[in-house]
Amino acid sequence: MSAPAANRGPLISARVTGATVQRVLQQLRHDHRTIAMILAVPVLLMTLLYFMFDGRQPEVSQLILIMLGIFPFVIMFLVTSIAMLRERTSGTLERLMASPLGKLDLLFGYGLSFGVAAAAQAGVASACGYLFFGLDTAGPAWMVLLIAVLTAILGVGIGLFCSAFARTEFQAVQLLPIIVIPQILLCGLFVPREAMVGWLQVLSDLMPLTYAVQALQEVAANEELTGLLLRDLGIIAGCIVLALCLAAATLRRRTD
Amino acid sequence: MNAAVEVDRLLVRRGGRTVLEGLTCAMDAGRITGLLGPSGAGKTTLIRAIVGVQKVAGGTVTVLGSPAGSAGLRARIGYVTQSPSVYVDLSVRENVHYFGAVTGAPAGAVDAVIEEVGLTSHRDRVITTLSGGQRNRASLACALVGDPDVLILDEPTVGLDPVLREELWESFRRRADAGATVLVSSHVMDEAHRCDRLLLLRDGVLIADDTPQAVMADAGAANLDSAFLTLIRRGGEAA
Repeated sequence: MSAPAANRGPLISARVTGATVQRVLQQLRHDHRTIAMILAVPVLLMTLLYFMFDGRQPEVSQLILIMLGIFPFVIMFLVTSIAMLRERTSGTLERLMASPLGKLDLLFGYGLSFGVAAAAQAGVASACGYLFFGLDTAGPAWMVLLIAVLTAILGVGIGLFCSAFARTEFQAVQLLPIIVIPQILLCGLFVPREAMVGWLQVLSDLMPLTYAVQALQEVAANEELTGLLLRDLGIIAGCIVLALCLAAATLRRRTD
Repeated sequence: MNAAVEVDRLLVRRGGRTVLEGLTCAMDAGRITGLLGPSGAGKTTLIRAIVGVQKVAGGTVTVLGSPAGSAGLRARIGYVTQSPSVYVDLSVRENVHYFGAVTGAPAGAVDAVIEEVGLTSHRDRVITTLSGGQRNRASLACALVGDPDVLILDEPTVGLDPVLREELWESFRRRADAGATVLVSSHVMDEAHRCDRLLLLRDGVLIADDTPQAVMADAGAANLDSAFLTLIRRGGEAA
């Protein structure tokens, strides 16, 4: 049953989106352990990587660069899919769907607040990378940060969408091996994309994380912003919009 | 006078089962309407249809002159779900502040409604550290903060001691006196006499719709408790 357009109300309002960003950040702030893990875990894993390769360059630098794209994607995907599942199961989503909140207020609220968390994470991780682990990029560090934050928001968008398919927390965490691990396997971390057989390259082309990793590698190799880098940023942005639209379609005002 | 909430031949099916079968009833502004009935009678389904979050198979629900669930209504309805729906990892104040911001409530309303539900001394406590009754009251405060014209409460007094229950009913009454339409569902019959009008629901069908006095008279009972038992049994025999 589709309501007349006039009945739908605004999709988004600055006041409600702002309040939602504040609310999600407050939830994070109360959870000190999660904050500590968001900030510290990437650095610990980078340390592990550094000693695994005995500090050999350029291998360590290349791997750490790719990790800077993977961390925010994986962690924000997980955090978001659990947070959204909790909205659905705790009744707060039903309450919000009965309120003037627009669907995009909720989705942007999550995207922006977890984007802030991702920026803090990427800031700490890339600072450690540049200072201690020999990370070296020809292009600017701010571009590395920007890519990391966009990739995190992509993780949020996909998490918001996928959480609609999980009824329980057990199911939600299982989405990780289904949605995320194939992207990590095929993004160029383990095997360079050029070295993959044709059909794997096609699969890799279809996965958004591939473009985040490629963009990071472009920043590492080139002082200037290359056309490929800009194209990759465009693809990531497009995937974010697509994921948020799909997520909006899973939010229903009326349910059974 | 037109009713604030009008339900006309409402039909709701869930999972192949008919939950509400052509239900027709109305609620007036400035009155407290009690929605009573055994568990599984369809009380929550009716409430969700009025709020506009229930898929319906037929009939209409009109709230303040607009179809239930219309965008313009959403800021005017306060809805308290049966189990407390608040963010358990936020404080009472942060929860009320958020739902206030969503409905566009003035900043001063936040502390006022926390006072109204008696949680002022707990307002900075995170919900997980509160008792069940306190959580219910936090959830209620989140619905009151927007000063709604229609207040819909699904079992709002479960787990509360008699003193608090009395205070909350006084605040529902104040809101009704100020012109709000208040609908309270309960399966506690001793709350029914506080209502101006009672709707008694059994298996998705309305078996009584009258003042408490008239309901007792109809059943030939001395109190509401036995009136309901009589009516529910009578309905059972008819079916």
